[in-house]
Amino acid sequence: MDLLSYTFDWTVLWRAPYGAMLIQGIFTTIHLSLLAWAIAVLWGMVICICSVSSSRPVRFAGSAYVQIFRNTPFLVQLFFWYFAAPLLLPKPAQAWLYDHVPQYAYWAGVAALGTYTSSRVAEQFRAGLLAIPRDQYRAAYATGLTPFQTYRYVIVPYAFRIIIPPFTTEFLTCFKNSALTMTIGVMEITHTAYYIDSFTWHGLETTTAASLTYLCISGGVVLLMSLIEKRVSIPGMIARGR
Amino acid sequence: MDLSVIFRNFDFMFGGLILTFQLAVISIAGGLLLGIFLALARLSARPWLYYPATLYIHFFRGLPLILVIFWLYFLVPVVTGKAMDEFTAAVVSFIAFEAAYFAEIIRAGIQSISTGQTMAAYAGGLTFFQCARHVILPQALRNMTPALVTQAVVIFQDTSLAYVIGLREFLRRVNLVDAREARSVELYLFAGLIYFLFCSAGAVLSRRLENCLQRDWA
Repeated sequence: MDLLSYTFDWTVLWRAPYGAMLIQGIFTTIHLSLLAWAIAVLWGMVICICSVSSSRPVRFAGSAYVQIFRNTPFLVQLFFWYFAAPLLLPKPAQAWLYDHVPQYAYWAGVAALGTYTSSRVAEQFRAGLLAIPRDQYRAAYATGLTPFQTYRYVIVPYAFRIIIPPFTTEFLTCFKNSALTMTIGVMEITHTAYYIDSFTWHGLETTTAASLTYLCISGGVVLLMSLIEKRVSIPGMIARGR
Repeated sequence: MDLSVIFRNFDFMFGGLILTFQLAVISIAGGLLLGIFLALARLSARPWLYYPATLYIHFFRGLPLILVIFWLYFLVPVVTGKAMDEFTAAVVSFIAFEAAYFAEIIRAGIQSISTGQTMAAYAGGLTFFQCARHVILPQALRNMTPALVTQAVVIFQDTSLAYVIGLREFLRRVNLVDAREARSVELYLFAGLIYFLFCSAGAVLSRRLENCLQRDWA
């Protein structure tokens, strides 16, 4: 048996039409994860506010959302959005969807990734809020700030700095999870790598390119966020538990 | 809603659930074992242990699991000349991938044990491995049990990714049933419910353990 009976052909990464496909795949991965991340942050904030609310039913709804979305695999949620969700719509809406949204897989991917990530983001928001010492609230109230002002000027700026590291991790998880949208046919970078293999038998090269994409972008994000973290840090701030 | 579709295909789907559990158990055990070695290497002062382990952990944590599965799928035939069967391919990629995550949990757990313990162990004449085996790991593993259980739940969820290489685990079978019966809403809600039940049980266990530990320390 001869080891490595495989001829590498790296030109598959740039020769037409595969080069353009890979670039397209990288862009799809990036805007899909950014869009999903935007939904996750906004919706996660709503869920977080629900789960710290003083009303019992609202709090229950918030934590039920988090539990349901965290305790089912992302792939199941993705399939639900792609295969099952359209069936829940009324018939005319379904017909419209199938006729006018050729990119439905992409939007299902964005929705699934956004809602799934929002449950994790909500937990991080909550942890950030809870990490702020009670004394901060008391001091703010004692100086005469209203609850809104307390949040606006004291708590949120503080919590924002605490959640930078966990948010970086969550964003990267969201970014990596975007690869799963290939199962419903979104042509992001992982799917493109796999797809090119079916024409060229050079999956090893394309998979390497896909891996490097993920590693470079992750590395870049980590670097950027640690710069931002240094930039905005408050001298002497130490986050303690309650 | 037509729930009979679930009962009609229950046996078929249940078979997939058993496979899912097999995958999860083997991956958790293998990942944990490899993770312990990686964590020890990452804490080592020897550069030839520290750098490869650190590189390994960063490499796998920077990639999506699905890509690791593909890597194996493409790489193994190139090196060995023949394809790996799906179950082995899935298990090997899960172990390789999850070990990186376990390693970071274990490293944090080990670092939570004071260095005084290590020094005392060395002063008592224990070797590195004796110290790890009899002094540090028993305490550290206890501290990190909640985090390990949480990670085990994550792995249980991740086994659904074996879907992509055609392994007929639970989600794949639900998908096959859906292809035949075209009852997506019922079937995917059912799949979600089954995963939810097992994962919530894991989450509750993790919280219980955490409370127990806090009580013990207090």
